[in-house]
Amino acid sequence: MCPRCKATLYTASNNSIDRALALMLAAAVLFLVGNAFPVVTMEIQGRRTEALVWEGAWRLHEEGETIVGILVFLTALVFPLLQIAGMLAILIPLRFGLTPRYLVPAYRTIEEVKAWSMVEVFMLGVLVSLVKLAHMAKVVPGIGMWAFFALIIALAWASSTLNPHEVWSRLEMSEPEPAR
Amino acid sequence: MSAPTAARMGLIACHVCELVTRAPAGGAEGHCPRCGAQLHSRKPHAVARTWALLIAAVVLYVPANIEPVMITSSFLGTQSDTILSGVAYLYHSGSWPLAVLVFTASILVPLLKLFALSYLAASVQRRSRANLLQRTRLYRVLEFIGRWSMLDVFVVMVLAALVNMGALANIQAGAGAMFFGGVVVLTMLAVESFDPRLIWDSASLPAIQKEVQYA
Repeated sequence: MCPRCKATLYTASNNSIDRALALMLAAAVLFLVGNAFPVVTMEIQGRRTEALVWEGAWRLHEEGETIVGILVFLTALVFPLLQIAGMLAILIPLRFGLTPRYLVPAYRTIEEVKAWSMVEVFMLGVLVSLVKLAHMAKVVPGIGMWAFFALIIALAWASSTLNPHEVWSRLEMSEPEPAR
Repeated sequence: MSAPTAARMGLIACHVCELVTRAPAGGAEGHCPRCGAQLHSRKPHAVARTWALLIAAVVLYVPANIEPVMITSSFLGTQSDTILSGVAYLYHSGSWPLAVLVFTASILVPLLKLFALSYLAASVQRRSRANLLQRTRLYRVLEFIGRWSMLDVFVVMVLAALVNMGALANIQAGAGAMFFGGVVVLTMLAVESFDPRLIWDSASLPAIQKEVQYA
């Protein structure tokens, strides 16, 4: 704990890399499923529509709200994808004791991108929309929704398991010269 | 307040990987030897950047609340909803827990961010020595809740994507959604550019130096 402002500075846990890697692999599978299957299916008088994340973003663009479309596309799809792919690209080599040169800048980028990956906010938005639509139509949660819920748990668990100090100190041990 | 601080001992913590190193001589700013990020004892121009982003956010906040975020059209007619009328609709349609949730995420949190961050920036400029711990906590709360304001933008996106049936029922995003998204992004950037360590700097200012500052 910081004696001044009482923030947690350090939590001791070693071998966090194995567990975090397992959870990130699960997250990768869930992310694929969540984006391949519709999140919600809606039915009004026999007509059905389904929506995937990128379709929603594209529809906003078609309606002329391109900026909103891009914002949603980045925060619900691109940044989570970067976060998951990036963590795998770091944890897999580390697991096998390898430290290629890209690891240091990659880990730095991911730490900075994390704040903009908003899967959990997106899912709360889906729930609110479901309730709003329930008055006018029949809405059915799809496979994509369950995958996204599991994804939120996997990501939260992985980030609470992984000890960044362990990653940094492993990177440091193997690389006395800094990568610029 | 004479405890040794890292800054006084010539140490810098990297704000990416948290490695503590000796600051380069002569006040020059270097790179973190471990992760290569730029090192700063304090984030550069933190207060000015925070104010600039905050003012931009306030400017966007006005159309974000006046312009409709969502336009619903069906055989019953067309209806435009602003953020506030969307909350009112949820409340009247009987789902008040949801109305409270959306009200918190779309109205309370953005307002709290605008006011609280202005207060933090102003108090650092005045070199206030009051409520140091509470102000730091307030900053951490702002950091944590910022992203949740995106809720309404996602709601509009899901509704616009699903309700897409021509004359039967159609929901479109309105211009308000763009302004509101802008407010969320700008306030998140504003929180990020503020440096909470500045709060503590005035606490460790020696008295004489303080008088000079006020003169």
